[in-house]
Amino acid sequence: MKHVKCECGHVNPHGTILCEACGKPIAEETTDKLVDMRYEGSARRSQTYNKTVIDKIWNFFSSVKVGIWIIIVTLVASAVGTIYPQEAYIPPNVTADEYYQKEYGWTGELYYKLGFHHLYESWWYLLLIAALGMSLVICSLDRVVPLYRALKKQSVTKHPNFLKRQRLYSTSSSWTDQDYEHVKSMLKKRRYSIREENGNLLAEKGRFSRWGPYVNHIGLIIFLLGAMLRFVPGMYIDEVLWIREGETKVIPGTNGEYFLKNHRFTVEMYDKDSENAVFQEAIDRAGNNKVAKKYEADVSLYKREGKLIPGADPKLKKIKDSEIRVNQPLKFEGYAMYQVDFKLNEFSSMSFHLTDKNANRNVGSLTVDLHNPKETYDLKNGYKVKLMSYFPDFFFDDEGNPNTKTRVPNNPAFVFKMITPQHKKGEVAFVGIRENLEPLGNNDYKMTFAGVETKNVTGLTVRRDYTLWFLGIGGAIFMIGVIQGMYWNHRRMWIQKVNNEIWLAAHTNKNWYGLKKELNGLLESTSLTQLKDQNDKETK
Amino acid sequence: MKKKRLIIRTVILAVLLCAVGYTLYAQFFADKQKVSVGDKAPDFILRDVNGETHQLSDYKGKGVFLNFWGTWCKPCKQEMPAMEKQYASYKKQGVEILAVNVAETNIAVEQFAKQYELSFPILMDKDSQVLGAYGIDPLPTTFLIDKNGKIVDSFIGGLEESKIKEYMEEIKP
Repeated sequence: MKHVKCECGHVNPHGTILCEACGKPIAEETTDKLVDMRYEGSARRSQTYNKTVIDKIWNFFSSVKVGIWIIIVTLVASAVGTIYPQEAYIPPNVTADEYYQKEYGWTGELYYKLGFHHLYESWWYLLLIAALGMSLVICSLDRVVPLYRALKKQSVTKHPNFLKRQRLYSTSSSWTDQDYEHVKSMLKKRRYSIREENGNLLAEKGRFSRWGPYVNHIGLIIFLLGAMLRFVPGMYIDEVLWIREGETKVIPGTNGEYFLKNHRFTVEMYDKDSENAVFQEAIDRAGNNKVAKKYEADVSLYKREGKLIPGADPKLKKIKDSEIRVNQPLKFEGYAMYQVDFKLNEFSSMSFHLTDKNANRNVGSLTVDLHNPKETYDLKNGYKVKLMSYFPDFFFDDEGNPNTKTRVPNNPAFVFKMITPQHKKGEVAFVGIRENLEPLGNNDYKMTFAGVETKNVTGLTVRRDYTLWFLGIGGAIFMIGVIQGMYWNHRRMWIQKVNNEIWLAAHTNKNWYGLKKELNGLLESTSLTQLKDQNDKETK
Repeated sequence: MKKKRLIIRTVILAVLLCAVGYTLYAQFFADKQKVSVGDKAPDFILRDVNGETHQLSDYKGKGVFLNFWGTWCKPCKQEMPAMEKQYASYKKQGVEILAVNVAETNIAVEQFAKQYELSFPILMDKDSQVLGAYGIDPLPTTFLIDKNGKIVDSFIGGLEESKIKEYMEEIKP
């Protein structure tokens, strides 16, 4: 590709529209149309070279049109993802394929089948975001470099053709040197930087506003980088922890370093009688004492001391006591633990009496810890109860045998062996909630239900997000770029002697009205002709 | 000049593609497990149902068939008898089975062990620490550890007897 030498002597890269130095249109057109000042008429390289595969890929992403399409497609896809809840937010006790169909009918089913239920994690959505990032980088690079070149290389003396075809333009045939000096000093006062050459003048201000879009893009790219860093192990932790009252558990995501003890969990509901009357209706709609007003867990944070071997009883050192409330997390070492959920009144222990059926007399009682039951309960005087089987979440399985669904004591059931002076070998009883069976024949004794103790369980999330810095800084740079581009204008004015006339021309990247007003204000007290907007003439 | 441009473009595109490639890999292909094949198996100490302490590093020189399970999990129940059967023949050849139960009560586990006549040590991971260290999600999950303490294979889900045998052969010292 050949470089193009302008008649002013400047050598321009191939594809240049307006000479970088004097502004003369390179492709010689005999037209009166205004010059296209986009990117200063510099050569956007992508538009010109199209040779290798690399160049072709580059050119594809360099197109603003392609970029805008990527944005539109991403926007539409993102919007579709909000029509129904994402998979992560559906109730935990239903499967996705049932949920969408049941809840939303055939559209829900379609939504699920097309994979929109995990849209933001899908490969094609990730690729869209990636394409957006590539488009940003390449579009910016392809434009900022030539633009920088053109603005840096611009000379004071312009080709008359360039001036004549600026939007704001005027010629004056009579003027004085005082007029020229006056305008020059006024421009200086208005913070224009001034360059002069052979009695010609270029006044310019706010050039940095031209970099706004590119600063903005840098911010966006840092933001995308932050989003990408979430996939790097250790940068982003999001775990769930359920702890019962009285329990101490290792905090997930901390590599077994930290432990949390839940001392007490309390919850307060909205009560009709104690709330302001204006809330009555709302409370009624949700049900009295059904909506949580405030819930909190009293916890202690511990750190493991010594070498970490999972499973070994940890030596714990207390770090601090704290309360965790909604929006008031427990924070430590970059981690934050948020209160997000709770489960009230989970069974924790059950009490029974051993009853002599014939005499209708209790001969002793016992309490079974549902999380750590004992095998034998000695009731003295020759009475003893052995726990033969324990089903925390009892149900009858396919074969009709008692079994457990989970390890959570949602529906505890027991097989007891009751040893009494009359029955040294013991009688067997199957006891569950509202169940009391005697599988091996009639017994003389029975286990009578005496009471149940419950505990509350707190649901916490564990978060650590090192990518926040990237998102914050990226976002800030993004805004700086926007402000830079929006609130400043790049304004230029040329004063040039052409033959026996003086030619004025001006250009701005936005706010033409402001520019015209500013410059014509300066010209008022001189004999120079006011600038005219050539666009006005054209439209007329 | 033209060459330089091509090189710059190639480099920039390569960097961008690497970033995209890594993200896709991390999201879709990377092993989500904390512990993966080829790693050294994280050490742990756990008590078994009878109160005896077992430390993984004490089993150096032996192959270890490390199984995570729960009494309520169906495939666990199905694979246990097969494990017991293979254990009988591979114990002599230096393979040990460690079956880590996930935070259940002694009663439930003892009863289960009795019912299926299990003779290998059943370790009680009371506060799920080992479960966390191995990043176990669904049960059962099995890790195959060779005599040097290296994980040579892992499997999520219930195992057939033939597969168990295959694994035993693999880790036999």
